[in-house]
Amino acid sequence: MPLVKLVNITKKFGEIIALDNIELSIEDGEYLCVLGQTGAGKTTLLRTIAGLIRPDGGEIFIEGELVNDVPPEERDAVYMFQHFALFPHMNVWDNVSFGPSIKNWDNEQVKTISSEVLEMVRLSDRQDAFPSELSGGMQQRVALARGIASGAKILLLDEPLGALDARLRVDLRRQLRRLVKDQKLTAVHVTHDQEEALMTADRIMVLRKGKVEQVGLPSEIYSSPKSIFVASFVGNANFFEGNVIEMDNSGSTIWIRGDYQIRVSQTDRKVGDKVVVAVKPTDVIINPDSHKGKNVFSGMVDSSTFVGGSMKYKVIVGDGMVIFSEALVSNIQELPRPGQEVTVSFHPARCCLFEYPEAGLLKEIEAI
Amino acid sequence: MPEVKLVNVSKRYGRIKANDGINLTIKDKEYVSVIGPSGCGKTTLIRNIAGIIHPDEGEIFIDEESVSNVPIEDRRIGYVFQNIALFPHMNIWDNITYGPHVRGLPQQQTRPLALEMLDMIKIAARSEAYPHELSGGTQQKTAVARALISDARLLLLDEPLGALDVKVRTELRYELRRLVKDLRLTALHVTHDQEEAMSISDRVVVMKKGRIVEAGTPVSLYTRPQHTFTANFVGEANFLKGIVVETTADTSVVDIGSGVQLRANRGKETVDERVIVVFRPEFAVLDKPIEVNRLSGKVMDVLYSGSIIRVMIKLPNDETIAAKRIASFDKPMYDVSESVTISVSPDNVLVYPYPEEGLKKALALE
Repeated sequence: MPLVKLVNITKKFGEIIALDNIELSIEDGEYLCVLGQTGAGKTTLLRTIAGLIRPDGGEIFIEGELVNDVPPEERDAVYMFQHFALFPHMNVWDNVSFGPSIKNWDNEQVKTISSEVLEMVRLSDRQDAFPSELSGGMQQRVALARGIASGAKILLLDEPLGALDARLRVDLRRQLRRLVKDQKLTAVHVTHDQEEALMTADRIMVLRKGKVEQVGLPSEIYSSPKSIFVASFVGNANFFEGNVIEMDNSGSTIWIRGDYQIRVSQTDRKVGDKVVVAVKPTDVIINPDSHKGKNVFSGMVDSSTFVGGSMKYKVIVGDGMVIFSEALVSNIQELPRPGQEVTVSFHPARCCLFEYPEAGLLKEIEAI
Repeated sequence: MPEVKLVNVSKRYGRIKANDGINLTIKDKEYVSVIGPSGCGKTTLIRNIAGIIHPDEGEIFIDEESVSNVPIEDRRIGYVFQNIALFPHMNIWDNITYGPHVRGLPQQQTRPLALEMLDMIKIAARSEAYPHELSGGTQQKTAVARALISDARLLLLDEPLGALDVKVRTELRYELRRLVKDLRLTALHVTHDQEEAMSISDRVVVMKKGRIVEAGTPVSLYTRPQHTFTANFVGEANFLKGIVVETTADTSVVDIGSGVQLRANRGKETVDERVIVVFRPEFAVLDKPIEVNRLSGKVMDVLYSGSIIRVMIKLPNDETIAAKRIASFDKPMYDVSESVTISVSPDNVLVYPYPEEGLKKALALE
């Protein structure tokens, strides 16, 4: 039995449909990330599970029990606000042990859990400090500690690392996942950061404009996106517009404007269809060991950007087909430079084929 | 034209030294980023240059002229900060032309300037929209245009992309750089996001506790950081404790425990010195290890982030290191508990003196 189950959940704010027929099951002990842009409905979803928002339609079950009419404090779930709300007149220790204390746990137990979570968020040495004496990042971590110490089984985390420095976020996200797993909690973690979702989640749900775009393992979301939006939003992609000109058992051939051909393994469209091919920059290999096989193009490096650990290349093939490639830097001396001729290739199995969207490709992928 | 020079700049808040003897020169038309953990003094630094606060000690020069007595409005500075601060009741056009307007510039002079700005940030079609009708990214671009219209030559950016979604942030950062380069401005950009700094800057300044740790090009900071703090703060790194057992003119051999030795290009270290050995996970070769600098161990965990995999390997000395690789599907996968051997080229092994305050403190982000 899933721990949390949403059936047909709908929520409107005026004319805006914040949640549009959401179906979701969360297993006991699962770490689920909800990923989407600002305005996708992520926070509304979380607050609906918490009981802070009443859905207009649909049903919410927690441990098999219908909880639509159960108030937030009686649900076994704690919602952690994006903007941490600590008690300003209490020190760190009292803030963290507040939940366990009012639940009348015995003193030893309160002490154990409070020191454990403070250790986890690396604030053991600041337990006597008041919120006003801490940095924003530290306050966020106290709030996190308090939520975990509350004893609720389900943690609803709304951008829990959002206020932190990028570097600290990387350290903390691993610990957050480990803590949820060690304490056998269930977490629903809302974020707009795809890397954070990919690194922490057992499963990811991608939300867009109130609708579920895709639910799956991080590797599925990344490598087998079900829509152009997911392909673009998670890890970016090269998009090529074209038409299917040939199809057999092993795949399809797509004719791309400028007279290029791309081979893809998928065979679920028809000859003549207008399509979009998506390829992740990390699947585009520069100067591969072998030049045999499909999808091998000669081009010139137009620009390269070092992003720390990996290198992003813009390669121009022929008269102007642009291909982006991203590669881990393993030998900084031998990197191709702008102006240099290179070969790029990508495997047909790494290409995703989509029907050409009615509203146009740009509409599906624009972020700004 | 503007070159910015800080000489011995210090600023205290009570007992805290937010800026502690900062010396820094930003060259004309250079794009410089300042990174560091929160509380390191990066915002204080940029505010000192803007003239929003005044240093307790030291001097700031813009184009060789001391600006100690030059008020903010006369420094020809454009300043953009994290919280998008557009006037909500004014449309984009009025927001952008606000500065020239209050300075009493006539319409016919303001108009071409504003048109140029709108064109540059590619929102000419939305000039009549109000801020709330625009996305966060577009609002922030408008804020940049407003900062630049008053003939600013120096652009100060304090976490300009901090309030935006990751995806928008990534796209906008390249636009910012392009804008600065096209307009031939000098830019100082404060950010907590090292990747942002690395990908758009000519030079990156790393700060910690009010001081500059080091400054350098993105590639040099990444491949040859001068300090362990930088190695940890910029990108990922493995840190191993060891003792130098052998040196030649150009190489050192470091024993990292349990009989495991690593060879590195030699720095200043001497035999018997306690050191920290550092290498990047992406420099660890998993598939075809070379003959020198092999490390064998047991796979503890395999982590995915998109197409990159991190293999966590426990060495015989009980330390766990990370090795990174693209998760190419025609290469073998790794199982937990499996034995693996990696190698690291001596070129990519860095050696640092063991920090006096201990390794943990030396790397601490707070």
